[in-house]
Amino acid sequence: MTTTTPTHITRPRQVDAEAAKDDSQLRQKKMIADHFDKLATAKEDGRKVAYTFVPGNLTELMLALDMLPVLPEINALQSGMRKLSGNYITEAEKLGHSEDVCTYVKCDIGMMKSGNIGPTGTKLPSPDILLLSYTGCFTFMKWFELLKEEYKCPVTMLHVPYQGDGHITPEMRKYVVDQLEREVIPALEKAAGKKLDLDRLSELLERSKRAEDDLVAVWESAQNTPSPIDGYFGGVYYIGPIFSAFRGTQDACDYYAMLRREVEERVKEGKGPVTPDGDAPEEKYRLVVEGPPNWTNFFDFWRMFSREGATIVASTYTRVGGLYDTGFRHDPKDPLGTLADYCLGCYTNLNLPMRTKLLASYIEKYKADGFLINSVKSCNSFSAGQLLMLRELERKTGVPGGFIESDLVDPRYFGKANIENRVQSYLQMLEARKARGSA
Amino acid sequence: MIQEQSEKPSMDPAAAILERAQHLVEDLRLAEVLRWKQANPGQLAVGYMPVYVPRPMLEAIGCLPVAMFGGGDQVDIIKGDSFYQSYICHIPRSTLELALNGSLDPLDGVLFPSICDVIRNLSGMWQMLFPEKYASYVDLPQNFDPELGGKFYVMDMMRILRDLEARGAKKYDPDAMRAAITRENSRRAALHELDVMRVKEPFRVRASEAYLVARAGSQLEASEHEKLVREFVARARERAPRVYDNVRVLVRGSFCEQPPLGLIKTLESAGCDIVDDDFQLGLRYIEGDIECGPKDDPMQAIANAFLQRGQATASRYIADEEKGAALVQSVRAVEAEGVIFAAASFCDPALLDQPMLEAALDRAKIPHTSLKFAENTGQFQVIREQAGAFSDAVKLWGSAA
Repeated sequence: MTTTTPTHITRPRQVDAEAAKDDSQLRQKKMIADHFDKLATAKEDGRKVAYTFVPGNLTELMLALDMLPVLPEINALQSGMRKLSGNYITEAEKLGHSEDVCTYVKCDIGMMKSGNIGPTGTKLPSPDILLLSYTGCFTFMKWFELLKEEYKCPVTMLHVPYQGDGHITPEMRKYVVDQLEREVIPALEKAAGKKLDLDRLSELLERSKRAEDDLVAVWESAQNTPSPIDGYFGGVYYIGPIFSAFRGTQDACDYYAMLRREVEERVKEGKGPVTPDGDAPEEKYRLVVEGPPNWTNFFDFWRMFSREGATIVASTYTRVGGLYDTGFRHDPKDPLGTLADYCLGCYTNLNLPMRTKLLASYIEKYKADGFLINSVKSCNSFSAGQLLMLRELERKTGVPGGFIESDLVDPRYFGKANIENRVQSYLQMLEARKARGSA
Repeated sequence: MIQEQSEKPSMDPAAAILERAQHLVEDLRLAEVLRWKQANPGQLAVGYMPVYVPRPMLEAIGCLPVAMFGGGDQVDIIKGDSFYQSYICHIPRSTLELALNGSLDPLDGVLFPSICDVIRNLSGMWQMLFPEKYASYVDLPQNFDPELGGKFYVMDMMRILRDLEARGAKKYDPDAMRAAITRENSRRAALHELDVMRVKEPFRVRASEAYLVARAGSQLEASEHEKLVREFVARARERAPRVYDNVRVLVRGSFCEQPPLGLIKTLESAGCDIVDDDFQLGLRYIEGDIECGPKDDPMQAIANAFLQRGQATASRYIADEEKGAALVQSVRAVEAEGVIFAAASFCDPALLDQPMLEAALDRAKIPHTSLKFAENTGQFQVIREQAGAFSDAVKLWGSAA
């Protein structure tokens, strides 16, 4: 990244401590609260609980068996946002977990050792089964080996081959389908105490498809100027239901339909995205972001952009739990094949040339002025190779990139002043480029 | 435990073979590979990152498999650091450094077996940086059912064979594969003999020496490496033993990025006889022979060996067995008195595994300690003190407490 003569940067406004929320966000909040209420009484209600991961999640399969999903990554990020993760990580490190490894894992272990109290303040039930969908992240495998030691419950593993050569082969797809048929579904059926009804699974997949259509319409709305959405900071709310426990439910369909209507309304009104401070100021910069956000200082991080009129028009983190805007939709006519395609196609399962190509396509499609990589210490799946991606993207697109470093949920790795300096320098550079371009 | 130690290096009957091994290990510009290519015109040299690829499969199509372990402490990182953040381990930096400075030019392609996300992503970086070279990720199955993971493994190996044939390797021939498996089994028998000697007579062969002799095979054909190993074992038998008071330890966690030789020697000089380790795990990954009769499908035999007799290590999913049970069993088998975890800094597989392995050792009341290193670590004083305190504690009290 190169910098040029600084130009003026908008002064921060006075803001409310509470982030602004629109109707769809409030609806989502209620959905999540209801889900955690169900989890709180799962044991007494006789509901079975499966712990699983976001990328390659088999939510429709679990719901078809009336199981309640728990996603440790989401618990960890919620702990980060609630300023609890620091203590949880310390707790895990005291138990011998290395300071070098993924802080999601340590946050989860620390939370479990501290009573396993979930984001809504109720105790999470122990898993009846660990559904290890090993998609795009080596650490997942170790994470559930660790949890298996703690919970002494069955684990079923789905090995999803990586797209090392940049495509999905029929052999890869068959391997995943065969594992689903022969191992994963029988293990889930045993834990659930019931047989899988494929028709019911197809019904859920049909609803997934509808929600996915609406989500893609939301992503693509960012082609408007100004963009009515923030596709990264706002985007992490948009992916909440579809990446977690709700894909395939009517609740998810209703949520995404509502979100789409809200976004379309904003387009009609010429409005930018909703930010923590309310409606965004005038759009000055359009950015694409690669990498997960920091959760411990999420709103501070968001405001570094929103207060400067920088909108994130697309991001890759919001594709980790499903890459829908390149055309994939769940297919109710081929339930197991479509689950395989879904798992194989998640963003972190793409090789580096594919990831770079996708980012380049976002820069072009959404007419971005620049792109930024938030490189998180915890996540080698994302981070290893990002510096090469930065160079390649600049070379291919001619658009300047920025690079900042933080972590997912370890507050020790969020240097606010340092990150803010970098973001401001980067935006100043974009400003100078624009000024040169219009001169 | 009172042990015996070999005599001075100058009087050492194994000195010449050790010198050759060390020369091969330090041959970062792959002179030996170039020599092989001159002797085998038109044939391909195929590098591979840790931990494991089936070397006989490559030899069967006339390729020279070349194990890549980065630059160790011998290479200044000038360009490699610019590709990685500070929190990524060292081996990909030095590997890229070697590739960018031309040291790896003799390689026609590189395989990147599944071990962690860093090595996996390095496969994509290779594709972007060196588009003229073959670079492929090898997704070793984490499902060990022959009907599931086994079939996938065979299909993936056939893909690699097709790719290499398209680049000039010989056409796959099952007979050639069976012959390559036989040669690999002979090499592994020689390595086993070396390992047995270490366990029974650690005063005749130090871990640092066994390490050099094993790693020397990185750029040798199996038969040639077997000769080297057997010659070393024969020479080591001639050594006159000397007495030292050491504890028997097992080292785990160094299966990918290799510790500097100085670190291994430091552990030894701190009073540890390293009777088992995972430094060169790839060569020993399959426990026992790769069983392949004259009528067996050799590709299936390679797959079965991986599925059924692959060693429990951090990059391999442990499905049903108790985590750490294999480590405890290894400790018992070599009659070790303690375990030293030596993981590379930021090595996700080793460091995520470690708490589970430590718990298993605690349950079995086996003392252990842990340290971290980078392949280019140059200061060993702290490690010497830590390992010395550990060995003293084990000697005095039979535990690290």
